[in-house]
Amino acid sequence: MTIQNDTGAVQTGGKRAVPIIKPGAMQQVLAFASLVILVLVFSFSSPNFFQFTNIVGILLSTAVIGVLALGSTFVIITGGIDLSVGTVMTLSAIMTGVFITYWDLPVPLGIVGGIMTGAVCGLLSGTIISKMKIPPFIATLAMMMIAKGLALVISGAKPIYFKEETGYSKLALDSAIGKLIPGFDIPNGVLIFFGAAIIGGIILSKTIVGRYNFALGSNEEATRLSGINVNYWKIVIYTITGTFTGLAGVLMASRLNSAHPSLGSGYELEAIAAVVLGGTSLSGGKGTIVGTVIGALIMSVLTNGLRILSVPQEWQTVVVGIVIVLAVYADILRRRKK
Amino acid sequence: MSEVLIQMEGIDKQFPGVQALKDCRFELLSGEVHALMGENGAGKSTLMKVLTGVYQRDAGMMTFHGDELIVPNAKAAQDKGIAIIHQELNLAPDLTVAQNIFIGREPKSLGIFLKEKELHRKVKRLFERLHLDLDPNELVANLPVAKQQLVEIAKALSYDSEVLIMDEPTAALSDTEIDELFVIIRQLRSSGVGIVYISHRMDELKRITDRVTVMRDGCYIGTVATKDVTNDQIISMMVGREIYDTSKPARHTGAAEPVLEVSGLNRKGVLKDVSFRLHKGEILGFAGLIGAGRTEVARAIFGADMFDSGEITVKGRKLKPRQPHDAVKAGIGYLSEDRKRFGCIVDMDVKMNVAAASMGRFTNPVGWVRRKRIAEAADGIVKMLKVKTPHIDQEVKFLSGGNQQKIVIGKWLTRDCDILIFDEPTRGIDVGAKSEIYKLLNELAASGKSIIMISSELPEVLRMSHRVVVMCEGRITGELSQEEATQERIMHLATLRV
Ligand SMILES: Nc1ncnc2c1ncn2[C@@H]1O[C@H](COP(=O)(O)OP(=O)(O)OP(=O)(O)O)[C@@H](O)[C@H]1O
Ligand SMILES: [Mg+2]
Repeated sequence: MTIQNDTGAVQTGGKRAVPIIKPGAMQQVLAFASLVILVLVFSFSSPNFFQFTNIVGILLSTAVIGVLALGSTFVIITGGIDLSVGTVMTLSAIMTGVFITYWDLPVPLGIVGGIMTGAVCGLLSGTIISKMKIPPFIATLAMMMIAKGLALVISGAKPIYFKEETGYSKLALDSAIGKLIPGFDIPNGVLIFFGAAIIGGIILSKTIVGRYNFALGSNEEATRLSGINVNYWKIVIYTITGTFTGLAGVLMASRLNSAHPSLGSGYELEAIAAVVLGGTSLSGGKGTIVGTVIGALIMSVLTNGLRILSVPQEWQTVVVGIVIVLAVYADILRRRKK
Repeated sequence: MSEVLIQMEGIDKQFPGVQALKDCRFELLSGEVHALMGENGAGKSTLMKVLTGVYQRDAGMMTFHGDELIVPNAKAAQDKGIAIIHQELNLAPDLTVAQNIFIGREPKSLGIFLKEKELHRKVKRLFERLHLDLDPNELVANLPVAKQQLVEIAKALSYDSEVLIMDEPTAALSDTEIDELFVIIRQLRSSGVGIVYISHRMDELKRITDRVTVMRDGCYIGTVATKDVTNDQIISMMVGREIYDTSKPARHTGAAEPVLEVSGLNRKGVLKDVSFRLHKGEILGFAGLIGAGRTEVARAIFGADMFDSGEITVKGRKLKPRQPHDAVKAGIGYLSEDRKRFGCIVDMDVKMNVAAASMGRFTNPVGWVRRKRIAEAADGIVKMLKVKTPHIDQEVKFLSGGNQQKIVIGKWLTRDCDILIFDEPTRGIDVGAKSEIYKLLNELAASGKSIIMISSELPEVLRMSHRVVVMCEGRITGELSQEEATQERIMHLATLRV
């Protein structure tokens, strides 16, 4: 089946020059460029922006939404969606509070418990979606309400505070690295976020889970006919999302040193926005972890920068909305040109 | 010497409203190429899906090497050494060629980590063995249909199975690739692999198959040795009646006014200075090898792709199609070669698909859909094209491949366009329906419609066209009148490279 002789016209002629940037990576490069530009613009507009403390603040506020977005990346690449990540994060935070404050469990156990709460919710969503064939939008909408209700019931609709002696807030706010390298006081929360991103990146690009993740989002029927247990892998992927969500809940609780039953809904949309800004396609099959990290950073740089420029809160939201439209449109234009 | 590999006996399969298989039989020996023939909707694909665990049978027995064959799912069949190339392409477009071929069998360490290097070594070895010239790192989405088909074939062959089922593997291929495929099939046959071969191209039967099993309406009709029968005998077993041969279309005077003029169409790396005219009442054949740029010309005219320069004139008026809607408004219809992706909306029912390109005609000024009219139109199409469907409310994804193709043709017939571009219109369509479609094309042309027919089947181009345009590497390399056009001349022009 030698068909090299008639490839000429459709392909751009015989051997193609190897592009400097891999075609799939172009979107990340663009996203990264926009991030740099944003940082530059804000740095020139206000001397307060490019300060160590402010940058650390930005990174810290990215951590929670960023971890949430990391998780969402997985389901979105399957062509699905998880609307429950916001309230599942809340529930995970509440459960962490229950374990540590009410049950007096050691902190590490409480953390594991919080993460597990998220994982179990993801496992449930995945099972409902793959076994009961309920579309992801609806299944996770239901999960979103279930988690929201449970968080309120369990906490008695009141915040759970962590006792000072547990030192729980150190998890996110202390700086382990600052002790090693004096002056380099990057809070643990930020490091956890980057650590989670590295793990997520490895799962997505180096493991079988990632491969099937893309295959599912690209053509589910073909994947099934290739002899792959599609249901099983879907459940695995939703569980991974849930695990990241649980971690986000643990981080948020630590950052506030308390778990608030009403804080968290709405975060799912910000997470999705970060994922989309990072070039992941909502129709599935395409996306990267690096993109999501950049997307999440763009979101928080934008809000932080606008706040420093004393743009009122309401207008910040409007600007973020416009930026999302522009970013995604730029991507579409670029694709169409090809 | 050859042993019985597969034995199927008394197979029944029922779908809602359709008895797809009734008491079906099939036998496959090692080292034979066994053709499975039948009209569209006869149940060929269904029978093979039952064998490979995609569907579960309602009744019947299956054995493999004499032992009962139990295949609860697709993977079970694969593991036993029964591989299938499905009629519809089944690739993940966002994965690369290599990733698609070894999906589900990725080399890994510690159970989860992918070994990309080893994957590449394996793919390279496979391609060398098959003499395939494909870039393993190319995304499948960037490949034309024919190459995707080659990827499917490579994937099936990579299983090193004892049984290989090919459901219309050549529907998207042109002669050169078919020759190469047959070389591989012969190799496999001599090494003892049993091959099931489904195709609607009658000329392939004598070339490659040893035995033929014919099915009709879900029933087993008979099995014969290919060398003992003529093609006509097989056809009459398939349809239970004689097929008349369409006459060539009446000569076209060429004096009629041009309805479509394309001049100097350019698209970087794809089309070079493409110019031609289409006259009223004419059937203009487009011949060429796969990748010659015929589909790209069609898509440019139809506004599905952008082009860099050039002019398109429809009935004296300039057309600058920015999207298919513009072309459709100007009276152009385009039947895509890739029906699954661009042809029909498989999740919608037959009647909505038939009406899809002409909703304006089926809605009143307030936007209210006139269901009765749609139903009438759909009924008409189903009758005219003999579409096999239990009713017009059936979702298109449940129709057999050939019947889906008929629905796409029906969609454009309903639209009543003046200029129709048919890209591989008879792909996967059985002999009987093919001649119906030829007749229909002749009638359309006679009634003053103009038709561009892109086809990789040379006999079809020769038989149907008033004039043939031949393309190679994005350029038009020649134009032949009905008298001038011969297989040799077309092949010469189709390989005329700069
Ligand atoms: N999943 C399904 N649900 C309902 N009906 C189905 C389904 N699959 C196939 N059918 C019906 O079963 C019959 C046989 O279909 P099948 O695909 O086996 O035909 P075929 O012989 O392969 O035809 P073709 O040559 O067009 O590919 C058809 O009438 C089809 O509409
Ligand atoms: Mg079929």
